[in-house]
Amino acid sequence: MTVPGTTAQQPTESTADALLRPHAEDAFADELTALALADDRQRPVGWRLSPWAVATYLLGGTLPDGTVITPKYVGPRRIVEVAVTTLATDRALLLLGVPGTAKTWVSEHLAAAVSGDSTLLVQGTAGTPEEAIRYGWNYARLLAHGPSRDALVPSPVMRAMSDGMTARVEELTRIPADVQDSLITILSEKTLPVPELGQEVQAVRGFNLIATANDRDRGVNDLSSALRRRFNTVVLPLPATPEAEVGIVSRRVDQLGRALDLPGGPEGIDEIRRVVTVFRELRDGVTTDGRTKLKSPSGALSTAEAISVVTNGLALAAHFGDGVLRPGDVAAGILGAVVRDPAADRVIWQEYVETVVRERDGWKDFYRACREVSA
Amino acid sequence: MTTAPAPRPGGPLLLGIRHHGPGSARAVRAALDAAAPKVVLIEGPPEGDALLALAADEAMRPPVALLAHAVDDPGRAAFWPLAAFSPEWIAIRWALAHGVPARFIDLPAAHSLALAQQDEAQQDEAQQDGAREDQAGEDRAREGGAGERDAPSAPEAPHGPEGAALRVDPLAVLAEAAGYDDPERWWEDAVEHRSPGAEADPFAPFEGVAEAMGALREEYGDGGRTRDRVREAHMRLQLRAARREFKEYGDEAVAVVCGAWHVPALREKTTVTADRALIKGVPKLKADITWVPWTHRRLARHSGYGAGIDSPGWYGHLFDAPDRPVERWLTKVAGLLREEDRPVSSAHVIEAVRLAETLATVRGRPLAGLTETVDAVRAVMCEGSDVPLALIRDRLIVGDVLGEVPDTAPAVPLQRDLTRLQRSLRLTPQAMEREVDLDLRKENDAAKSALLHRLRLLGVGWGEPAAGRSGTGTFRETWRLCWEPELSVRVAEAGVWGTTVLSAATANAESRARAATTLAEVTELAERCLPAGLPDALPAVLRALADRAALDADVGRLAGALPALARSLRYGDVRSTDTGALGDVATGLVERICVGLPPACAGLDADGAAEMRRHVDHVHTAVGLLTDGRDPGPAERWEAVLRKLAERDTVPGVIRGRAARLLLDDGRLAQDRAARLMGLALSPGTPPPDAAAWIEGFVGGASGGGMLLVHDERLLGLIDTWLTAVAPGSFTDVLPLLRRTFSGYEPGVRRTLGELIRRGGDGGSGSGSGGGAARAGTAAVPGFGPGLDTARADAVMPVLALILGTDEDPGAQRPEAQDRGALVEVTA
Repeated sequence: MTVPGTTAQQPTESTADALLRPHAEDAFADELTALALADDRQRPVGWRLSPWAVATYLLGGTLPDGTVITPKYVGPRRIVEVAVTTLATDRALLLLGVPGTAKTWVSEHLAAAVSGDSTLLVQGTAGTPEEAIRYGWNYARLLAHGPSRDALVPSPVMRAMSDGMTARVEELTRIPADVQDSLITILSEKTLPVPELGQEVQAVRGFNLIATANDRDRGVNDLSSALRRRFNTVVLPLPATPEAEVGIVSRRVDQLGRALDLPGGPEGIDEIRRVVTVFRELRDGVTTDGRTKLKSPSGALSTAEAISVVTNGLALAAHFGDGVLRPGDVAAGILGAVVRDPAADRVIWQEYVETVVRERDGWKDFYRACREVSA
Repeated sequence: MTTAPAPRPGGPLLLGIRHHGPGSARAVRAALDAAAPKVVLIEGPPEGDALLALAADEAMRPPVALLAHAVDDPGRAAFWPLAAFSPEWIAIRWALAHGVPARFIDLPAAHSLALAQQDEAQQDEAQQDGAREDQAGEDRAREGGAGERDAPSAPEAPHGPEGAALRVDPLAVLAEAAGYDDPERWWEDAVEHRSPGAEADPFAPFEGVAEAMGALREEYGDGGRTRDRVREAHMRLQLRAARREFKEYGDEAVAVVCGAWHVPALREKTTVTADRALIKGVPKLKADITWVPWTHRRLARHSGYGAGIDSPGWYGHLFDAPDRPVERWLTKVAGLLREEDRPVSSAHVIEAVRLAETLATVRGRPLAGLTETVDAVRAVMCEGSDVPLALIRDRLIVGDVLGEVPDTAPAVPLQRDLTRLQRSLRLTPQAMEREVDLDLRKENDAAKSALLHRLRLLGVGWGEPAAGRSGTGTFRETWRLCWEPELSVRVAEAGVWGTTVLSAATANAESRARAATTLAEVTELAERCLPAGLPDALPAVLRALADRAALDADVGRLAGALPALARSLRYGDVRSTDTGALGDVATGLVERICVGLPPACAGLDADGAAEMRRHVDHVHTAVGLLTDGRDPGPAERWEAVLRKLAERDTVPGVIRGRAARLLLDDGRLAQDRAARLMGLALSPGTPPPDAAAWIEGFVGGASGGGMLLVHDERLLGLIDTWLTAVAPGSFTDVLPLLRRTFSGYEPGVRRTLGELIRRGGDGGSGSGSGGGAARAGTAAVPGFGPGLDTARADAVMPVLALILGTDEDPGAQRPEAQDRGALVEVTA
């Protein structure tokens, strides 16, 4: 790009290996090429691959020529199919989910597979200005030469429109409502007017938009119904089985622990299992055996939070305990994660402790620890 | 008929179908129209032939079911459900409309029911007979796909020489061969989604299916369904008879509508003797058959006698929709969502249709099916949420279509069962109202009571419980009986629930438990299930109860549910019902109340506090009943809660006082500690209305609070002190409260209290002002005079001696008699 200030500096071949984290389309370039070669199905205009190939890219598989496609997303096939199909229609895709459900990851890989470019990205924050979604001005040029197309600084969305690519908006609900609504015209009329120049940018076929949002804090800046109508919503679920979640937590904790130089051994796995069990039960509102219903607290209780509880517990055990993760080390963390609303959540937590934890075999220590911290 | 490329030219028209498949139904109609047969043979119990004419009745509206049951045991029954989109139904209606005889050719229900009975007898020791009722019906009804499970046989038990041989699901094999993981879906794609007209030849679909089934049966034989041989032999015999009868029209004049699985067997060349030999010796019992109304919900797999289809509503739609089924369906969904106040525009529908169709393309399906439309609705109309989707599933995909049966249909077995019970219990229905007293300790009376309770659950209000004469006894019941003619209609209506009073009441209670939305509903249901003696329904009810209790955040409702449970427990004990599970649920409820009550007591207004106080009372009583001879854990936790309530300042006075009083009554709170609490509550800093509320909580009501004051004069003294210290301005504020408190006492208690106060006042007048002096008096116990009145004490002595029996002095008894009143006052 010739315009200074844009972030889309394409990494050159020589620097790609040295990067901390290459883009999806670079990291999996081989797989994308192999898929494009093997893909004989119809491709929507502007797409690098057919919807079927995009779904295969995300879910993994083996191509007829023996190339193994690694799974990028582990989860229900149905969800990926709906997401890919949505991009082929003229509605935009909204990925919802609690933190840590791979929303951003999925959106990056979708963009990489569909358009071959995952960098047309707008990061949503409370301070995201309208310029980030529409266009800004290069004021030096504007003052020197007056308003012209050259003085315009296009946003990633605008570039995606003119090139027929997939644009991405992260954390859509964090963007102020008035800025969000500037997407309405783009998504419904597929055009971006530039009144200052009396021009407009019309979207080329192949343009679409993937937004991600956290569905636990919808209240931050809820989408207007006009905007919501322009999106097909796909909710990314939490890990389906306890084993999968225990695996994710212990892997992440292991990585984090090494980064923080925390000693941690396999003996902690029972405690991790317990944390995951507590989180899952409260989140799902039912005990693992499916016998007893529970109230769910207001917190998200995502896998990411379970990871932080365990990491915290490890730090406690390492610095103040005997280095082994014990019930007492995680109890306080769990309490903090569960009780977000001091009135309602505390009752929910106490009910859980008294009706579930107390009765469970082998949970005596944990029950005692919970009583201690919540007293 | 020459258009039908049957392998045996000129053979009968064999239409292999999938039961309840809308595509099959369309194809059957098209094929019948094209072939115009002279007789239609349908897979079904031949006993139903006599009832076929009813299918043309105006009042007959599907879904309905043919119900066959053993005459002497209505609990042994089998159902053949038919929906509007069932190919069999279409065939029946076609035959009736064209004036062509229709006949059922399956093995008679008399045999299949007897076979089921025989099987059960064989497996009796191996299996519990819990699911005995309707097992046959369930099995027969569940036969889903083209291939079907045999009618009357236990689901998991292998029998016959092939013992361990697995039953082959023919659809699954075909679907696997076609690369599908879901057999239902394969059938939909391969057969159901072909709309007639696209095919020039109406017989082609049947040919394809028949060939595939033929190949399958060559490989798998009967697929582990030994019973099918007998059934198919019967069908072949019937087919032969029909062909003979309609010989003059040729074999083409005979059409057979049966599960696709049976088609190869009907084509098989066998001898009459061989078929007869197969049928020979099959047991038989006396069976009766009738039409009963059915519902879409019951057709669905997950409830009761499923018919093996998940989505009767969707199938019905596929069958009814003249064209563009996906568009029409999504418009229906949008309509439903709008009714529920979700904004769904036409644009949503357009997008959903597009998404569904594109999804079908991505998934390589010829037409968007239910899965695609559900995915599209979720993503486009429901914002990714499954909550509105549950509504759509319930109302549209399953649907609440209710069938109707004309009044001329024979009586349902429930009526027979009721008549049988009435006879055996000697409880004849009479139009005249009368009262019946039942002693539940007698077996016959207990059975009568259970019957009446069950009928009440079913909405057959033959008996209404009347207030018993014996009052508090739990082993007596009084019923007011009155049989009105419309009750027969009610019984007929209740026939959808089951074939016996017991099974119908059980099914009804289970369904109510599932449908109940509030905790109170479920507790009431539990309370009704126990006297009705429905042990099989109890688990479902208790589960619903535990679930509702777990999700209910309102302590008031939880507390409201507990007394009924405790009563049920007590009732169960009387009838020696197993109430262990109920006890567990009740204990769980107590735990939740213990956790939730203290926070719920903060920040209440006067009305809220009064209500909460009632809850505290009820829970206290219930906890007492619950812990009677059981684990004392809940009682201890409840005591801790009461203590917390009694001592926490943010709790309204009336509850604090009540908690203190309950603890005191149970001996969990020492007298002096109670006095301390009262002192704190009545200390000068407390606003007088609060203090008065505390007093009301502590001694208010008819629960003997007055007697407590009469007996513990220290407490009375405390109240007296406080009252006299209340400023004149505040006095008018507290007066109504106090009046309410004390007016609840019995007149005798009030008088005694008044006397005590007066006396206390007299004693204190010498040393200071008001009742405070009672405490100030050095040696005096509050409320008593300072010294010992020896003269009066002596007068009491002879009576005391008499009572204690230490000294015989009969002469002394009479003169002292008039002093007894005083004695009671002093010694009590």
